[in-house]
Parts: sequence; structure tokens; C-alpha cells
Amino acid sequence: MGLGKLGKLLGTHVGMVPNPVSQRTREARSRLRGASATVSVCPYCAVGCSQVVYTKDERVIDVEGNYESPINGGTLCPKGAATAGLMGSPLRVTTVKYRAPHSDHWEDRTLDWAMGRIAQLVKETRDVTYEARNQQSVPVNRTLGIGHLGGATLDNEENYLIKKLFSAGLGIVAVENQARI
Amino acid sequence: MTATRGGASPAGPKGQPAQRPGALGFLTDTTLCIGCKACEVACKQWNGLPMDNIGWTGNSYDNTGDLGATTWRHVTFVERIADQAGRRPATLQPFQSNWLMMSDICKHCAHAGCMEACPTGAIVRTEFESVVIQQDVCNGCGYCLPACPFGVPEISDTDGKAHKCTLCYDRLTDGLEPACAKACPTDSIQFGRIDDLGERATERVASLRERGVEGAHVYGDQDVGGSGGIGGLNAFFVLTAPPEVYNLPRRPELPQRKSVRGYLATAGAAVIFGAAAFFSLRER
Amino acid sequence: MPGLGARLGRGAATTTQQSLAESDCIVIMGANMAENHPVGFRFVMKARERGARVIHVDPRFSRTSALCDVHVPLRAGSDLVFLGALVNHVIQHQKYFREYVVHYTNASVIINPEFKDTEDLEGLFSGYNAAERRYDPDTWQYAGQQTKPAPEEDPAQSAEPRPQVVGQISDPPQTDPSLEDPHCVFQLVKRHFARYTPELVERACGVPRTLFLEVAEAITRNSGIGPDGVDRTTAFCYAVAWTQHTIGTQIISCCALLQLLLGNIGRPGGGILALRGHSTIQGSTDIPTLYNLLPGYLPMPSSAGEGDRSLEDYLRHYRPETGAWHAMPNYVVSLLKAWYGTAATPANEFAYHLVPKIEDDYSFQPMLLMMRQGIMKGLFCMGQNPAVGGQNTVLARRALATLDWLVVRDVHEVETAAFWYDAPEVRDGEVRPQDIKTEVFLLPAAIAAEKEGSYTNTQRLVQWHDKAVEPPGDARSEAWFLYQLGKRLKELYAGDDSPQGRQIAALAWDYPTLDGSSSGDPDLQEVLKEINGYTVADGQPVRDFTALRDDGTTAGGCWIYSGIMPQAGRNLARSRKGDGRASLEWGFSWPANRRLLYNRASADPQGNPWSERKKWVWWDAQEGRWTGYDVPDFPLTKPPGYRPAPGAKGLDAHAGDSPFVNMADGKGWLFAASGLRDGPLPTHYEPFETPVHNLLYPQQPRNPAARHFPRPDNRYHEVGDARFPYVITTYRLTEHHTAGGMSRWVPWLAELQPEGFVEISPELAAIAGVDNGGWVTLSTLRGEVEARAMVTERLQPLTIDGQALHQIGMPWHFGFGGLARGAIANDLSLLVEDPNSLIHEAKSFTCNLRPGRLVQTRAQAGAQTGALRR
Repeated sequence: MGLGKLGKLLGTHVGMVPNPVSQRTREARSRLRGASATVSVCPYCAVGCSQVVYTKDERVIDVEGNYESPINGGTLCPKGAATAGLMGSPLRVTTVKYRAPHSDHWEDRTLDWAMGRIAQLVKETRDVTYEARNQQSVPVNRTLGIGHLGGATLDNEENYLIKKLFSAGLGIVAVENQARI
Repeated sequence: MTATRGGASPAGPKGQPAQRPGALGFLTDTTLCIGCKACEVACKQWNGLPMDNIGWTGNSYDNTGDLGATTWRHVTFVERIADQAGRRPATLQPFQSNWLMMSDICKHCAHAGCMEACPTGAIVRTEFESVVIQQDVCNGCGYCLPACPFGVPEISDTDGKAHKCTLCYDRLTDGLEPACAKACPTDSIQFGRIDDLGERATERVASLRERGVEGAHVYGDQDVGGSGGIGGLNAFFVLTAPPEVYNLPRRPELPQRKSVRGYLATAGAAVIFGAAAFFSLRER
Repeated sequence: MPGLGARLGRGAATTTQQSLAESDCIVIMGANMAENHPVGFRFVMKARERGARVIHVDPRFSRTSALCDVHVPLRAGSDLVFLGALVNHVIQHQKYFREYVVHYTNASVIINPEFKDTEDLEGLFSGYNAAERRYDPDTWQYAGQQTKPAPEEDPAQSAEPRPQVVGQISDPPQTDPSLEDPHCVFQLVKRHFARYTPELVERACGVPRTLFLEVAEAITRNSGIGPDGVDRTTAFCYAVAWTQHTIGTQIISCCALLQLLLGNIGRPGGGILALRGHSTIQGSTDIPTLYNLLPGYLPMPSSAGEGDRSLEDYLRHYRPETGAWHAMPNYVVSLLKAWYGTAATPANEFAYHLVPKIEDDYSFQPMLLMMRQGIMKGLFCMGQNPAVGGQNTVLARRALATLDWLVVRDVHEVETAAFWYDAPEVRDGEVRPQDIKTEVFLLPAAIAAEKEGSYTNTQRLVQWHDKAVEPPGDARSEAWFLYQLGKRLKELYAGDDSPQGRQIAALAWDYPTLDGSSSGDPDLQEVLKEINGYTVADGQPVRDFTALRDDGTTAGGCWIYSGIMPQAGRNLARSRKGDGRASLEWGFSWPANRRLLYNRASADPQGNPWSERKKWVWWDAQEGRWTGYDVPDFPLTKPPGYRPAPGAKGLDAHAGDSPFVNMADGKGWLFAASGLRDGPLPTHYEPFETPVHNLLYPQQPRNPAARHFPRPDNRYHEVGDARFPYVITTYRLTEHHTAGGMSRWVPWLAELQPEGFVEISPELAAIAGVDNGGWVTLSTLRGEVEARAMVTERLQPLTIDGQALHQIGMPWHFGFGGLARGAIANDLSLLVEDPNSLIHEAKSFTCNLRPGRLVQTRAQAGAQTGALRR
């Protein structure tokens, strides 16, 4: 170990005597081992990058680009690369929040209560504002009392259900999304 | 290796995942970089690194500042838009120009100052020739910090240990390419065998010069970037401006070598470094 | 986008991102592609690697500019001058692709001699009704054509675009293939653009004429009949920096006109790529959550005037005799069957009467006013954040505060949910929570990988995402929310015989749930099957839209998506086999899996590829069918030499050299006889707010057909108002997404751009006395905001008609919530509409800039500038 001693003096001991590899290093493996892979699409812009979502025990452990996509070929932009961060966002809202009229604070409510209350409000507003015919007595079957915004970040099937329920079923005509924003 | 649903595969054709041992590293070609920072985020995502929370700097679009304990890829932005008279150019040289963006990273030096300075043996050279700080060994002494000519390792406020890029050691052991290279949308970050990447870099520089990018050069060979006893970098770059513009030292030196110079004759040092080089080839 | 629809037949991107790699020249204008579509930009880089010329035309030097060969800095809002000058250049220098133009466009068609151009009428076309700020397009028609009164000519409907159903051709048009007749389209176009010269570009855009000519040379060299024959193609990429103008539709239509002249539409490496900003913004237009459209670009029926009282009326108004749209009844009736199921019968016109009728403009901006006026009392916001992303957001938040109730469904507590306690006006004490009556619900939403469903990307590609995990806690998909809400409402209305009770009762709303429970998620494969269409008798999916019928035997929710599920259980949106070319087995591209639209134009009139290098779809004479790398966007067995018999209907009325199948005459429309509300030809008008007078038409500074909303809370700056001397343009950054709801709360993104800022040139900074990083206050008559200044040479003053003009850039992502915060750029912007798309004008308006923070400067300068916080 003469060289080693000299090396240490000169600060070059590593390289002459390899540092021991620790147990943790020896056992280092990708956390994707044993994970399930599910193909998704990036939720951000309209490029349409294919993603692979890796999960273990029903938890997302990693989201990466899908090599097989003819569009992104495994790559992602910073937003796409942050998809796991979006899904696991520490500030993500996971419970229903309710603010009563004129209140200065949120209250916690159950999802079931909120669904019931919203349905009731929709019916009340719709019943008050519904027009079966316009002033020229043309049949119109509509309400201007309720509006909808959003759709460009949802799924096509959800957009279909929005238009179907809100317009065809409830007569809501002011249904709009970000296409004009 | 992993259960696959819906046609996904964890590794594919891009970047030649490391199926066999040997020197692996990065070629970061700045001429292809669009400054999107996908590499920064992909790195943080894979390695579970928290946000830096530096705040708005006003320094172009760089708000993460520098490589550090929680930023292992860092995109430098250098605005060199106008000429001295303040005129903005309209016709630009091919590929990236005037607003320079470079994704910086640990250079995984052939002779790594950090490793040589580490008194605990925490820093090892892996079977891929990458340089890794073993977190279960590091005691946070910080000797590696001044030993790095590039200022890469940093002590974390959280655990008090030194941290830096591992070249995604855990991914390499499973044949996956590093997260940053995989994410890079424009292949500015290329991962592969050092030999191949070196050839690619040389060809790229030649091709760029042919197309009129006169300043194109490789940063990370033994002349520029990998000098001063470093013996070349395993993460090297194609740049179009002098290294100083990107805040990179043109001729870095191992600090150990600087001290050596004062005490020993060059010949003696050559013996030592020759021996070091011999041992560093141990994995081949 | 009607700008494309009115000239080409469909409002969507004509090409794919991958096809850009085949381009010889790419012009990115009205877009910042490297920043906002980084992964799509890789195909630009591939083209660049192969030697393509890449040009960025943009007021700012952005990350896109840094990667291009040429950066053309132009004044925000002057795009149409630049494009018009390219059109003029192409015509004057005989650089147009004559054979393409003669056969595939309406260049040779004779227009009604009564037509008067803006050159004749000082900036107006014939037919202008000044009192109603709208055009009567009678004189814009093909000569000798009966002009069939369409509802779009009804004044009460002036705000309802009918972009997709364009053209009523009753007889074969009169033509002059020599293109010499003074009333032929080509001559009208030539004359219209004659004053759009390089000199005008220099004066109006601030672009040196030599630089303009460099761009003109690049695109003509790389298009049509260039030096290399027909081997080269040029592509244009645009985004909302074209749409968000009061002449946005015409800017885009001018690009379509130019690309038709150059013969670039339908050819690989050519075309126009609309770069859209949200994951399925294309899908949400195809299957529209838009007030004036039914799925598949069918017009929403209207009650204005005589109204579309019956299905018969509706079809009489909108169904053209010729072209693909002639099959419209199949699509409408199938939609009604999908919506109303057994309640839709031949006897009751398939329950057409239940479809609500529109009567006015209920698009986003008027909606805000409807809220302010108390007409609209309840609002759902699903993944949209109008408190930040709307226009005149001071007004928008006041509108939210006027509602009785508001349901926000999002993943974070976005500003739209938190406005009542956290908005600047509340924190300043100007508004108190106790004065806001709005009942607010914030319901947590699921993210893509927590549910299954499909997105349609920027190139019309529908891709399915599988479900990886359950959403956390109370988070649910919108599908769950809608399905469960619908079921609750059906219960609440059970037995209610009122008109509104009968409407909801008739709705077919019974989807199987995935877990079989009544509270579960609806099976979206079933919803997709309904969108695709199915045979009512056996529930089996139809193979494509040609199988849809108008007799009630088929149901189908969106005809252009028919074929996405050609057999039960076979979901082509979920097909995942890519290849190096068209990747026909990766996802499904509407219509009928066609990837490049109008691809019949990739072959010459005889059906042979124009060039071997750019071959894509061609006629196989032996097989008697069109073939190629793509699915032909053309009747498969119609020979190139086919000529229609007199009186032929639908697609049979189109000759074999008519690639634009949705147009009434099958031709690309250089001259848009219908479909555009502000003129058949693109004309430059200044932005609604501008420091500059209109150099072309001094009498008409602004788009004469633009819709505006003058109100005390939406005041406008007059042209050249010295109090607001600067042009401001808003935009996005790579690191954030739209109004920030999916990025500003995410640590890894927040740290990259942690705070709002404005970008100004060193020259403006010197005038204002601001250093880099110093605070500035921006003001308009709508609002005032403060932000720190990034002083950068990436912005530069331009010389406009001899005067220095300064432009200010401000990212609009930021708000008062989340980790990355900042002033809301849209507190400055205005409500105003392009007459076709009803899109606002955030890409160019005017403001003032003062050094210092808001509180410091408001007292000193607020009164002086007349700026009001509200």
C-alpha cells in the first residue's frame, strides 16, 4: 500500500485503490422493476405525447415518454415530465370544498351532499329561467340562466357528455370552452 | 422485467440503453437545445429531488441558478442578442444562436477531483465509468466541493450530505437510459458509449463548421474542458461560443494537481498519474 | 378555425407534426413553437437537420427564434400586411403554382360583377351595413349564381359563425381558365393585394424590405414550381398569436390563400399546422363544448328571425346541394337518435324540437356580460380558470361575484374558485367576501392517467389514454360527475310534464358503469361507441360515416369520428403501432383516419404524384382507385378525369380534380364567397387598440365587422391615444400551462418560472427609467398591474411609419394562487371579438408603463392617465 499512502498524501488515493462499493450502491436498481406500465397521453398541450405511467401498489411511481409514439418517441417537455408531480401535487385538492353565500371561509362537505345540492340548484335556476318559446313563439327549449366553461383539457367523451346533458338534456346553450380563449 | 399493459416498453431504441458495461456518458449538443428544461424536471422527477425555491432572478429564463444538491441538470441561458451597436440580427447562424442555452451537468470526469478528495471513500467510479456519491457512506465533510473544478457537488440542507448527478446509476443497472436524455425532446442530450459520442461530437462540429457555425467546438476533451489532469470528460458538450460564455472553465485543473505541482517534479507526478490511470482502467 | 374552414373546407390543421420533417421551408408565425410545443418542434429540428430553411416571424426573439435561420421582428397586429405582401409578391413575380391554382382553386371563377373591393370603397367591401356593423354578402357570390338566403345573413345572427358549411353552388360556375377576366377570382385577388408591397411592410410592420424579400424568396424557392421543379414544399405553423386578433380569422385565411397559391396544401411537408394549446382543444371543437356548434361541425339551430323551427327548416338552411356536406341529414338525424334515443322518431322529426335554439352570441365574452347582467345565474367551470385566463379579468371576477352559484371542478384551488377571498380587489378591501353572494363548490377532478378516455391532438389525431390509478380522495372524472348529475336531475324531474321536464326525460342517459354499481363511472367505451355511431337495431358500431342514415336506423354522436370504433370492442384511438411514415395504426385521425387533409392535391390533375420525392396519394389506374401512404381524402374510386353530370348532387357533383371535398365546388377558395363575416378577401385592419393609423385604409382603422362591448367596465383606448402609447402582447412560457391550474401549483414547474414578469427592451427601459428586475406598473382603462421588468434585447423597438414603437411582452399564466404567482396580465386586456371566431384580441392592445409599484404610482399617476382599477 505504499502507493496508497503516497496517494493519500497527494489526495489521489482513489483510482489506485478503488473505494469500496457500498451495499446500497450494489443493490441499486431501477424502481421500475416489478412496476405496472399503463399507456396514457400527456394532459398538458395538444402535441399529444404518449406517456407510460408506472405504478406499484396503485401508486404512481414514475411517468415517462413512450418510446413507441411516432410523435414524441420517448421524449417529453418539462410539463409532460412533471406529470407525476401534477398527479401527486402536494397542493392538490382531494376533498370537496364549499363556500356558502356571503361566507368568508371554506367548509368541508361530502361529495354526495355536494352532488345533491348542485342538482337542486341546477333545477331551481333552470325552472326559473327556462324558455320553451321565445317572444316570437318560436320553440326554443333553452335556458340562459346556466352556463358552462371548459372542455379543452377534458376527454372527448366528457365533452360529448357535457354537450349532451347540458344542451340536449337541460337546454343550456351557453356552453363554451377554451377554444376562444 | 416490468409488467406491461397497452404496448408500453420501459426501454427502446433511443440512446442505446446500457446493456453492456463500459464507459457511458452524455453528449450535450447545445446547438439542438431549445432551453425547455425538460431535463431538469425529468431528473428531479426520477431522482425525487425537491424544488429549489430560489425565486425569480431576472437573469434571462434561468431561475434555478446553478447545479446543486437538488438540481443535477441545469439549463444556463445566455442572451447575446444584439451587436455592439445594439442592432438585433435577423439572419442567424444555423441552429441555436444569439440566445444560448446549455444543459449543464456533472462531467463525470475521467479523473474526478471529487472522488480523489473524498476522505471517506463515499465517491466511487462505477462499472459505467460514472462517478457516484454513495449516500450511505458520505458523511458530508464537503471536501469534494472545492475539489470539483466545475462546482458540481453541493451539500444538501436537508440531509447534510453531498449530492450530484449519478448518471441515473439505478436506471443504468437496469438498462434504462438516464432520465434527462430520455426526456430531451430535441436530442440535445444524447446518451451512449463515450467512444461513439466522441465520434459523433467530432462529426457534428465538422458539419456545423461546414454550415457556417465557425465557433463550434467540443468541450470536454483533454484540451478544453477535460484538461489539467482530468483526462477528459464523460459528459461533454458541443458549444458554439467560448466556454467562459457558458460559465464553464476553459482549462480546468484538478486542484490536487495544482498542489502537486509545487512539491514534486513533473516526472514524479507523471508516475503517480500514470498509476492512477492504470487503476482507473480496472473495469475494462 | 373558420380561417381555414372558409377556404379549405375544414377548420383543422391540414397536416401533421411529423410531416414537418419533410418540409423544405417552415415559417413559424403567430406561434412560439419551441416554447409552447417543444416536442412538436423536434420535427422542425429534423427538417432543419436535412437542410430546411426555418423562419420565425414574431415581435419577440424567443426560444423559437434562437433555433431558426431567420428571425423577423414585426409589430404585433401587423401580420396580415406581411402575409398580404407575400401573396402580392407571389402573384407579381409569377411564383404561383399555376397548374395547381387553375385546377384546385377557384382562381378562374367569375365573381358577381357587382362586387366591390376594399380598394374601391376605402377599406370596405360591397354590402356593408354600417348601422349593424355587418356585411350582406350578396355581391360576393359567383356570377350567375342564385344566392340562397342563409341564416348567417340574418342580422340577428351576425355573431354566429357558420364556418364549416360553406358554399351554395346551384350551377357550374362560369370560369376563365386563362385567369385574365377582370372579374375572375385571380384578378380580384391580384388587385386586392397590389398595395401590399415590401415598402408597406417596412412602414406598417417595421420589417426592413430586404428582410421581407429574404422570406419571400425562401418560401417561393421552396414551393410549387421552384428551381427544383415541384419537389419542394413549405409549411406554415401558427397558433393563437394569429387567432387572438380582431382580424385573426382573416390572418389565417390569408395564410390558406397563400398556401393555395403556392400549391402547398395537401402535399407532404406543406400545409398549415394549427398548433393548439390544450390536450384536446381540437377534440372539444370537433365534439364541441361550444355554443354555436353541434358535434361534427353541424350548426347549432337558431331561433333568430324565422328560425330553424323544424328539422326541415334546418336542413333547408344549411344543407348544400353539392359537396360532402350534402350528406348532412344522415349526421343530424343520427345525432338526434344518439341524444334522444327512443324519444326520437320519424313522426316527431327525431325530437329536433328538443334541441335548444340559440338566438345571440353566447360565446365566452358575452357570457361574462350575461353574468354581470344577472341573466346567467349559475356556472360550471371544468378545468377552465376564467379569473385568470379570461379577458378583462377584473370584469370576469366581478361576473363570478354576481352569480348565484358556481361549480369549479379542478385539481387545484384555482383563482376561479378562490376569487371571493383571495382576489386582489378583495385583499385590497375594495370588495368584501360578505358582499359576495356566490355559493361556490370546489370539486376535485381526476387527471388523465386516473381515468380512461381520448384526447384529440393538434393534428386531429385521437389517442386513448388508459387508466393507471384511481383518482385520490373525492376526485372524480368529469364523466362520472356528468353521468351522476344527469341521473340525479332525471330523478328530480321524474313525472314533471313541463317543457323542461319533458326535455330531460327524453334524453338517452343510461350507460353501463364499469363496476356495475349505480354510483360508478360510466363505461367510456360505450360513450365512444355512441360517438362513433351504431345501428339502432343491434347496437353494433357503424364502420364509418357513410353508414350513417337519416331514417332513424342509426345513431351517432359525432359523424367525423365515425370509424374510430369500426367493430365492437375495437377502439382505433387505442391502436398503438407507429411506423416511419403516416403511422396509420397509431391512433385515429378524423375524418376516416386521413392524416394529411386534401391529400388528393398531392397528385396532379391526372392523378400522378407531382413529384417522386413528395408523393403521398395517387391514382392507381389498374386498380381503379386512389392509393398511397395515407388514406385518400377523396372518393376512393372516383377517377381523376371524372366530370359530373348536370344536376349531380353531393360529391358526385365534384369533378375528379376537386380535392377540397367539403367545399360546394370542391375547390380551395382564394375568394370566399361565403363563410367569412368580414369579407371574401383578407384585409388589414389595425388592432382594436393601436397606436398606429391604418396606412392602407385611413378611413377604416379597425375591422368594420368586429364585435365590441363598450361599457364603463370595458373601456377602450382610441386609436393613437397618447396616454397608452405602447403595444402589449401576452403569451405563454414553456414552463407553465395556460392559466396555470396545472402548473403553478406543481413545485417542479413553479421553480422554473416562479413569478410573473414583463419583458421590455433596453430602449424602453431607458425611456421609462427602469432597471432589469425593477418594478413597473402597467395600466389600461380596464385595470392596472405591477410586475418586475425583465429588460432584454430580445425585445426591440420598431420603426413604424417613421416613428419608434415600443412593444411590451407579458406572460399571462400568473395569478394570485399556487406557488408561482404574479399579476394577472388579463386584468389589462379587453373584451372584443373577431366576427368569425368570436375570439378576443390579447395579442395586440395598448397600455402605459410607469416605473415603480402599483401602490406607489397609483396616487401619482392614476388620475393622470385616467386609468381605473375597475
